Amino acid sequence: MTISNEKISKQNGYQLHVINTKKFKTIHIVLKFRAPLTKENITKRALLPFVLQQGTTSYPTQNKFRQALDNLYGSELNMDGAKKGNNHILTLRMEIANQGYLTTDTNIFHEAVKLLHEVIYSPKASNGAFDENIVTREKQTLKQKIHSIIDNKMSYANMRLIDEMCAEEAYRLHVHGYEDDLESINAQTLYQYYQELLSKDQMDIYVLGDFSSINVEDTISSYFNHDRHTQSIENSKETYNVETTKEIEEQQNIQQAKLHLGYRTDITYGDSLYPALQVFNGVFGGFPSSKLFINVREKNSLAYYAASRFESHKGLLLVFSGIAPNDYKQAKQIILEQMEAMKKGEFSEEDVEESKKQVKNQWKETIDHPNGLIEILYHQVLANADRTPTEVLTQINHVAKSDLMEVASKLQLDTVYFLTAQGGKNDE
Amino acid sequence: MMNKQYYEQLKETLYANDLANGLQVYLLPKPEMSKTFAIFATDYGSIDQTFVPINQKDYITVPDGIAHFLEHKLFEKEDRDVFQDFTKRGASANAFTSFTKTAYLFSATEEIENNVETLLDFVQEPYFSDQSVEKEKGIIAQEIRMYDDQADWRAFFGTIGNMYHNHPVQIDIAGTVDSIQAITKEDLYTCYETFYHPSNMILFITGNFEPENMMQLIEANQQKKTFKTLNTIDRSFSNELPTVAKQKTVLEMPVSVPKCMVGIKENLQTVEANFMQQDLLADMLLDHFYSKSGVFYHELYEKDLIDDNFSFESNREKNFAFSVLGGNTTKPDQLADTIKEQLLRWKNTSLTPSEFERMKRKKTGELLRSMNSLETIAQQFIHYKTLGFDYFNLLPILDEITIEDANDYLQSWINDENVTVFQIMPTTEEK
Repeated sequence: MTISNEKISKQNGYQLHVINTKKFKTIHIVLKFRAPLTKENITKRALLPFVLQQGTTSYPTQNKFRQALDNLYGSELNMDGAKKGNNHILTLRMEIANQGYLTTDTNIFHEAVKLLHEVIYSPKASNGAFDENIVTREKQTLKQKIHSIIDNKMSYANMRLIDEMCAEEAYRLHVHGYEDDLESINAQTLYQYYQELLSKDQMDIYVLGDFSSINVEDTISSYFNHDRHTQSIENSKETYNVETTKEIEEQQNIQQAKLHLGYRTDITYGDSLYPALQVFNGVFGGFPSSKLFINVREKNSLAYYAASRFESHKGLLLVFSGIAPNDYKQAKQIILEQMEAMKKGEFSEEDVEESKKQVKNQWKETIDHPNGLIEILYHQVLANADRTPTEVLTQINHVAKSDLMEVASKLQLDTVYFLTAQGGKNDE
Repeated sequence: MMNKQYYEQLKETLYANDLANGLQVYLLPKPEMSKTFAIFATDYGSIDQTFVPINQKDYITVPDGIAHFLEHKLFEKEDRDVFQDFTKRGASANAFTSFTKTAYLFSATEEIENNVETLLDFVQEPYFSDQSVEKEKGIIAQEIRMYDDQADWRAFFGTIGNMYHNHPVQIDIAGTVDSIQAITKEDLYTCYETFYHPSNMILFITGNFEPENMMQLIEANQQKKTFKTLNTIDRSFSNELPTVAKQKTVLEMPVSVPKCMVGIKENLQTVEANFMQQDLLADMLLDHFYSKSGVFYHELYEKDLIDDNFSFESNREKNFAFSVLGGNTTKPDQLADTIKEQLLRWKNTSLTPSEFERMKRKKTGELLRSMNSLETIAQQFIHYKTLGFDYFNLLPILDEITIEDANDYLQSWINDENVTVFQIMPTTEEK
C-alpha cells in the first residue's frame, strides 16, 4: 500500500505539492500561509479569514461570492487559523466536484483555481484598505467568538490550562486573538498587514485528487505566479525545566467539572523519539483501551471521558477528564498513578504492540481523509523534516518498551487545571 | 444468493444478500482505500418505547433512554469488554443511538474478517447482569450531565420539545438521570430479544476487502446461530397533532451569548413514495435561503442578528419530520420575529429557473463530497434502506426533481401553527 505519492515542486514564491489519488470523488486545493506566532499579529491573523470570505472584486458581497461557489457545483471554501508549535498557520481549503462524475463540459478545476486566486489576490478592497463596513462587522463577529469560548467548557479548560502553563511562551497566544488588540485594527492596517503576509509568509499549495485528465501544475502556476519575499523560519528547539507544578482552580456555574493536566514532553515531530511518543500516548491515554480510560472511567466510574493527546510541534502532552466536582482528589490521584505506572514500566509488551497497531491504524485512517492526508504531509514542512508518512509507520514498528520508558522519563508535570462547580467542595 | 449492482455515474459496485435468518447484508468494496468501515445496525432507537415484546401479546412501555443504555451494555461481556477485542487488532469500535437506530461499528486497516466476526458475535451474544447494569447508571449519568452543560444540545432538544405534544422524539436520547435509574436487566433482555432479531437488522461493510469471501464468512457465522421466530414488531406511537405543542420557551443557562432556535414541524405520519425527493428538497430549500449564499441569511446578517455559529438542519424519519435553524444572537427576540416573518413569505415565493439550477448543482457537489467518507456512505445507506429506499439513487432522483416540485414544497411548508421558538438566555444572577 502506498501512503501517498506526493510530488513537490518549487514554484515562484511557494512550494506546490501534488497528490494524485483515486480515493475521492472531489478535488482538494489547500493553501497554507505560515508565520511566527506573535502577540502583535495574532489578532489580525484571526480576523483575516472572516474578512476574506466576505467578497471579492468580481463578487463584492458574501451572498454573490457564495452563489459563485454554489454555481461551481457546490464548491466548498473555508479558511481558518491554527497554532502549530510556535507558528501560526492560515489555511484556505477549497473542495470541488471531480468532473469525472458530472455531466457538464465546463472546466471546473480551472474555474475553481481562478476563483481561489481572486479570493486571495483580489479581495474586496480599494485605496489600500479593505471594505470599512466588512471589517467593522467582522470585528464584531470575532469579538463574539472570543466571548463565547467560555461556553464550551472543554475548550475553555484547555485554553486556560495553556494560559497558565505557557504564560511566558508564544504558544500561550489565543488562536482567536484578543479583544483589546481588536480595537486598534482598522480596514487600512488590516490590509497593510495582509499585503505583508502575502509577500512574506511561507506559502505551500496542496492539490489532491484524481487527475487523470487535468494538468495541475500548469493551471496552478498560471494563476499563482507572484514575486514574493519569503522570510525563512527557524525551528528553535526549546527545553523546559519544571521546578514546581502549578495548581490552578476556577469555579463556574457548571454541572460537570473539568480536570486537565499539562506535561512537558520535550519531544517534537523531528525528534527520533517522536514515534515512541505516539505509542506512549496510545498506552497511556490516546484510546479507549488506554490506562486513563480503563482506570478513571471503567474501573472507578469517575468520568465520562478521560484521555490524553500530544502537540506534535510544541512538546506537550495534555490530559483531559470530565468528572463530578466532588471526585477531584480521587480522579487526580488515579491519573497521576497511571503516569507513575508508565514511568516504572508497569505495562506489558502486549500493551506496546497493541498501541503500535492502533497508532498505525489511526495514521492509515487519517490518510483516507483528504484533509487528514494533507495535514500529515504538512508536518514535514513545519518540522523541516524529511520523515515521510511511510517512514513514520516503519519507525512505529521498531518502537520498543524501553523507548516508551525513555519517553516517560522525559515527561514533567507542569500544570494541573481544575474547572469546578461553584461552592463545590473538593478538599475532603 | 448474492446480488451485484453497478452504479454507472458513481462508478461503484454494491453486493447485496438477504440471509435465511432475515439479516440484510450489503458490501461496497473500495480497494483504493486503506481502511474498512463496518456498521451493524438495528431499526431501534429512542422513539421505540411502546411495543409488543417478541412472543407476547400486550404492549409495554419501557423507561426513557433504554435503547442508549442497551447500546452501552452490549460491549460488556461476562469476562471482558469487547472494545479490547478490537483494539488488540488495532481497530477502533464505537456505537451510537439515534431517534430510530442503534448502530455498532468499527474501522480497521488489518484483520478485517476477524473484526467482522467480532462485530457480529458481540452484538448477537448479550450478557447483562444486575451488577453491571447498576454500574453503568453512574457512567451514563455523567454522559447526560455533560450534555446538560452543552447549550447547543439543550437548544436543539428544547426546540424539538416545543414541537411535539406526544411523540417520543422529544425525549432526550440518553434519557434523564432519573429515568435511567428504573432500568433493569430484565428490561434490557426484553428490548434486546425483540429489536435485535436479525430480521430487524442490516450489516453494511465498505472499504478494502474481497466481497465473495466476506459474504461467505458472514453467512457461515449466521448459520451457526439460532433465533426465535419473529414476524413483525408491533410498535405504538400515540397520535401526534400537526401543530406545535408550544409556541415559545425560554431557558436560562450560564452562556455568554444568547441562543435562538426556530423549529418547523411537518405533518408526516407514514413514509410515502416521494420520501427521498422530499428529504432532498427540505435540505436544498433551507440551504437556498439560509446558507451563506441565501437571501434570508443575508438579511439576518445585514441586520446584525446572527454570527457564524448560525446553522440549520432537517430530520425526516418514518413518522416525524422537522427542521431547526438558528444560533447565537445578541437580539434573540428580533431574530425569532425576523425568521418567522421570512418563513411566512415562502407561501408567496417562487424560485427562478437559475436559482433552481444553482440549488441542484450545489446538491450534486454536496452528494459527491459526502461519498468521500466511508462512514457517511454506510450510515446514509442504512438510513434510507430501513425506510425502503436506495441511497445510491439520490443523484438520479435529484436530477428528476422539477422546479414545480420545489415550489410546491416551499409554498406549503409553513402554516400558522407549525413554527416554534426556543431561546437560551444568560443566567440572570451571573454577569
